[in-house]
Amino acid sequence: METEYSKEEEMEKLLEDLKKSNVRKEDWEFHDNLQPVYSTGAGLNRKIVEEISEIKKEPDWMRRFRLKALEIFQSKPVPTWGPDLSGIDWENTKYYTRPDEITTNNWDEVPDQIKDTFKKLGVPEMEQKYLAGSVAQYDSEGVYHNLRKVWEDKGVLFMDLDLALKTHPDLVKDYFCKAVPPTDNKFAALNGAVWSGGSFLYVPKGVKIDMPLQTYFRMNGEQTGQFEHTIVVADEGSSVHYIEGCTAPRYEKNSLHSAIVEIYVNKNAHARYTSVQNWSKSVYNMPTKRAWVEENGQMEWVGGSLGSKVTMLYPSSYLRGPHASAHNLNVSLAGPGTIKDTGAKALHLAPYTSSRIVAKSISIEDGKAIYRGLLRMNKGAVHSKSHVQCDALLINDESQSFTFPHDEIYEPTATFGHEATVGRIGTDELTYLRSRGLSEDEASSMIVLGFLDDVMKEIPMEFAVEMNRLIKLEMNKLGAVG
Amino acid sequence: MRERYIYFSQFRHKKVFKYNLFICNKKVQHLPELIIKNLSASVEGKQILKGVNLTVKGGEIHALMGPNGAGKSTLGNVLIGHPNYVINGGSIILDGKDLTGKTPEERARAGLFLAFQSPVAVVGVKLSAFMRAAYKQVHPEDKSKLSEFYDRMKIHMKKVGLDESFMSRSVNDGFSGGERKRFEILQMMILRPKIVVLDEIDSGLDVDALKLVAEEIKEYYSQEVGFLIITHYQRILKDIEPEFVHILKDGKIVMDGDNSLSLRIEEEGYDWIKNTA
Ligand SMILES: Nc1ncnc2c1ncn2[C@@H]1O[C@H](COP(=O)(O)OP(=O)(O)O)[C@@H](O)[C@H]1O
Ligand SMILES: [Mg+2]
Repeated sequence: METEYSKEEEMEKLLEDLKKSNVRKEDWEFHDNLQPVYSTGAGLNRKIVEEISEIKKEPDWMRRFRLKALEIFQSKPVPTWGPDLSGIDWENTKYYTRPDEITTNNWDEVPDQIKDTFKKLGVPEMEQKYLAGSVAQYDSEGVYHNLRKVWEDKGVLFMDLDLALKTHPDLVKDYFCKAVPPTDNKFAALNGAVWSGGSFLYVPKGVKIDMPLQTYFRMNGEQTGQFEHTIVVADEGSSVHYIEGCTAPRYEKNSLHSAIVEIYVNKNAHARYTSVQNWSKSVYNMPTKRAWVEENGQMEWVGGSLGSKVTMLYPSSYLRGPHASAHNLNVSLAGPGTIKDTGAKALHLAPYTSSRIVAKSISIEDGKAIYRGLLRMNKGAVHSKSHVQCDALLINDESQSFTFPHDEIYEPTATFGHEATVGRIGTDELTYLRSRGLSEDEASSMIVLGFLDDVMKEIPMEFAVEMNRLIKLEMNKLGAVG
Repeated sequence: MRERYIYFSQFRHKKVFKYNLFICNKKVQHLPELIIKNLSASVEGKQILKGVNLTVKGGEIHALMGPNGAGKSTLGNVLIGHPNYVINGGSIILDGKDLTGKTPEERARAGLFLAFQSPVAVVGVKLSAFMRAAYKQVHPEDKSKLSEFYDRMKIHMKKVGLDESFMSRSVNDGFSGGERKRFEILQMMILRPKIVVLDEIDSGLDVDALKLVAEEIKEYYSQEVGFLIITHYQRILKDIEPEFVHILKDGKIVMDGDNSLSLRIEEEGYDWIKNTA
């Protein structure tokens, strides 16, 4: 009998926890004052790009690559087909800053300000520790120590991309910007020119890693652009789950973030990439994320996007070999005054490929959640399948959501379907729940958790809790009644 | 014939339903009392309620009738604290506690319950989890386990004619009009409020469902509960004979009487009241 309601009990416990976790507005408005060790100053030109390469003591091919990418960046116009990007302050952005080193394997070396930040956010100590390590593994006992050895013995490489470029230059060269060339879009070109940091993860043939590998990037220092470049290679028959997450202090001025993530899923391999994003409300977040999936390979994208002023993100899967598959799950929160232009791209380039896309968005007040997707089925991608599901939740009487699916189907045997649902939580709905004794917080939490119920297992718990906190915060700002 | 209608019955008898005699034998410590004092309220800048006075005590059944647009539902919404309705005068007192400026949840926890005229769907919120969360807020003293609670809930569901499968559905989502009304009654049975306001609980119900709902209301009736039944049909009042009938017209209670008043409304409508009020 006890097990009959175990799921309900779990939910109940979660709600209890959420009730206790009160969030104050100030907690999100801190700004830690880490002094960058070195900055190239504002603006961007050839000299600055050369300087970045010089500081990093890179091979010559990388220096030339950067300069070529810079040319492409400068020749491409700012895209106008999506959200308004005129607020990006290109001139005053600092394109290279080396923050006080936070990559460490020792918790004691983590700067106090970062520890304070985590404390303010109410992150449990165990998690603070793994979040503070910029490239660190995390085990369930919560012991913060160097696990790298375990995987190193199996030939797994997991390190900063800058370091990988030094220690494994040929391997990096094989993959660097293969899936995302600078010609792809203006922001990818920018990343090519000024990239710094990011992860390099290589999983050799047949190696299956059952524990998720996590990185945590933090953005420090005002007006610092963020240009990480991450490469994940899952070689034949391997399996890996990579997780990265971000949180950023609130800034007064606009900040630009443009990461590249390239994932190579070789034959029979499986890769899952989970990213959690919680940028401050001044950030323009313009990453390019793409996977190449070979025969019988499986790619899973799991994304949670909470913060930023504007996010444009469409993780793409190029299904290049027969029976390759991709699964996208994205959960976005568009708070007041922000735009989430997110979606997915699936390109079916081989027979019997399949894709499944689930996009869930929550909009608050005038927050705009947009689903923008591309589905392409090339001629010859026989019997390929795709399914796209978009669920929107509007937390306000005047919120709006939009979907712009775009289909290019050239293969007559291919099948695909779209589904879209829109739910609205306005004053009447909240009042209804409250009139039965639920507090405003509890009512909104129930609604949000209910909305996420079918994807709860997929997204990191911490993310769901964080999302819920943010929604509470936004709703509190709208003004409680009475 | 007009003299038959005494505007306020001098004969204040307490109506006690026979099936509730055992409750009445119980010692009642404290009878609930809702006092609505000179209540004025507006919605979207429009004045709807213009000084409503009404007292509902435990053991009393009041009917509030009135033409469409008189402000009956507005009164219900104002009582429960719907934020779209602004109180611009008067007060709402429950058991001596001023609820006028309180949030809907505070009112619910104080023992006030409104069965909405048109209950809204809340997509994604599971009915069972919602009821459990609500119950825990309204009755924090009851520490019964989840499984016990759900077992109790199932018994009530059977009584109001809602299949158990509704437990895992979203609140009111895709419910028929009748199912929504049954769910409102279910909530009343589970939350056990002291003052119950039923807004057009009879609309959208077929004869059998109406009977079922009336039975539940009678079962719940006791000296510890006061009812305010908003309706503009007499049919439910045949079953649940109210002691007091009030007529709301243009935001004011223009007439009080006993159940015979509802019969006259049934026959003659509301037009005649203008002349006598
Ligand atoms: N949320 C609202 N917004 C605008 N007008 C409203 C709203 N609720 C009620 N009204 C208006 O208030 C008046 C009374 O409505 P209501 O209380 O629903 O009447 P009744 O329930 O007696 O039929 C009507 O004129 C109605 O249009
Ligand atoms: Mg009405």
